[in-house]
Amino acid sequence: MSATLSHASLAAQRRWAMWGSYAALGVFVLMFLVPPFYTIITSLKSSAEISAQIGSPWLVHHPTLDNFVSLITSATFRTFFLNTIMITAAVVVVTMVISILAAFSLARLKFRGSETLATGVFLTYLIPASLLFIPLFQIIGALGLINNVWSLALIYPTLSVPFCTWIMIGYFGSIPKELDEAALIDGAGYLTILVRIFIPVAMPGIIAAMIFAFTVSWGQFLYPMAYLYTTNQMVLTVGIISDLIRGDVFQWGKIMAACVLAAAPPVLIYAFLMDYYISGLTAGATKG
Amino acid sequence: MANVSLRRVEKFYDGGVVAVRGIDLEIEDEEFVVLVGPSGCGKSTTLRMVAGLEDISRGEISIGNEVVNDVPPRDRDIAMVFQNYALYPHMSVFDNMAFGLKLRKFSRDEIKRRVDKAAKMLDIVQLLDRKPKALSGGQRQRVAMGRAIVRDPKVFLFDEPLSNLDAKLRVQMRTEIKAVHQAVRTTTIYVTHDQVEAMTLADRVVVMHDGRIEQVGPPQELYHRPLTRFVAGFIGSPGMNFIPARLANGGDTLNLVVSDNLSLPVPPSRTAAYAAFKDRQVLLGLRPEHLTEARANTRPGMAPLAAIVDVTEPMGMETLVHFHLGGTKLCARCDPTITSGPGDLMQMSADLNHMHLIEPESGRVIAASG
Repeated sequence: MSATLSHASLAAQRRWAMWGSYAALGVFVLMFLVPPFYTIITSLKSSAEISAQIGSPWLVHHPTLDNFVSLITSATFRTFFLNTIMITAAVVVVTMVISILAAFSLARLKFRGSETLATGVFLTYLIPASLLFIPLFQIIGALGLINNVWSLALIYPTLSVPFCTWIMIGYFGSIPKELDEAALIDGAGYLTILVRIFIPVAMPGIIAAMIFAFTVSWGQFLYPMAYLYTTNQMVLTVGIISDLIRGDVFQWGKIMAACVLAAAPPVLIYAFLMDYYISGLTAGATKG
Repeated sequence: MANVSLRRVEKFYDGGVVAVRGIDLEIEDEEFVVLVGPSGCGKSTTLRMVAGLEDISRGEISIGNEVVNDVPPRDRDIAMVFQNYALYPHMSVFDNMAFGLKLRKFSRDEIKRRVDKAAKMLDIVQLLDRKPKALSGGQRQRVAMGRAIVRDPKVFLFDEPLSNLDAKLRVQMRTEIKAVHQAVRTTTIYVTHDQVEAMTLADRVVVMHDGRIEQVGPPQELYHRPLTRFVAGFIGSPGMNFIPARLANGGDTLNLVVSDNLSLPVPPSRTAAYAAFKDRQVLLGLRPEHLTEARANTRPGMAPLAAIVDVTEPMGMETLVHFHLGGTKLCARCDPTITSGPGDLMQMSADLNHMHLIEPESGRVIAASG
């Protein structure tokens, strides 16, 4: 009898816990989905409809793709997009080359001070960009790269390399030591082990790190704001603001359409590679 | 194929931890040698030093008469099978087996020929296209062996290769490893903590304890003529019984006085050998098969003793009977038809013709002859 009662109360507790979880998740989803929803809705409105402020702002009465067409046919916007893609690709490549080599040596080639160095690499990630951008401005200035979009390819890895190295150390560390020992006996050198064993085995971790590097590079605002000032060198994040807000004139429809277009690549990448991203991060997290 | 020599080999780590304390071992060409001992005895470290996966702190290791202390693993011409298989998870079985050959620039035809031959020998031809995750534990271990065989190395090294398998598969794979060695006759060093594996596989068993070699010899020799208490207790399952006793004069003969009311006569053939230990405390070592239920037809050297049964373990072909003698727990191997149960008084018989006498202080087994 008492067993039945406790079983019933356990089921009730579970049900309440489930409803509680759903409620919390509902609030969370609402908070995070409302802004993108509003962005998309507004991007589909004409300037006239936006400024008229008639009816519910959550509905589109006369949907139009004019804002998107206008942006896509704009040479300036295409320059922002192209610059962002180039820099992001360069940053992802530079980050991955440095992170994979650093992580492999720190995880596997145990040398004096390797653990301290691994911790040090992570600590550099904790220094906020707002503290770094002044000294980095001096360095970039000394290199003659102020207002040169490629300066970002030097700067962004300072943000992405520490975290990506940390993810990769965790992932490489989770690969059984016997695997490299078997390869050593099979006749492989360390570079062969890295290229032919570690990189294929650690691909989920590498993809997770690549996504992180991509996100850092694609969404960075502070550095391009500080270092770039001409349209031909500009990237999306700052370009949208500087080009579509003139004085006190906000081209809301185009701004929102630009945001949708700028957000599309990261959203697509996350959507397709989410599984890799999660497994890559958790492998690092469970490293003892 | 080659002989392997270890001369005064030591391994110590930073912080003063000593794993191997100066071992000497000569392994003949084509020999199957098993290093056996409890966890932390230094057996795996020794194997890894032979493989080149651990530096040698002191001493010398040679393979085929060439000192390999400073030779990297890939140039030692060895192949190793690991406890967790260590198969490359992103490669097919074929590629796993071919990896070492590809790195050594073998021709495609030669690689295919060798992999096919090894796959046939190990009965894994149908698995060549599969990835390791699609294989069972036994199949993975076969692939790991195949990867070693295709290399046709001077020495095979096995590091507890059967530890991850279930009991039934372990017995099956044990037989297969022995069959492979009989077919390819490559010098083999095999590490295990399982003394049954050691006994069944080895030409010679090396028992290690606390970084040292306790005894080296063929399995039967280690079983019947252990040199130390450690070897006597480690080899054999269930382990040897050790009974504290005092060696006393009993007229023409010697007696082992176990307690006030139990005295066991030393067989006449042993009295001369044990005479020097008269009036001293010793340990009587008796294997469970030499401690059985009392039988009608006794022979010289059989001594009766009575015991209250603690636990019985019917094994089918025999029944293990556990009981106390004084404060010592003992195990007897009895006929499966015995009817005694816990709490019953049982008449036992100790076959002292197979006894071992051990010095308690040194742990050395006193030589039974001469």
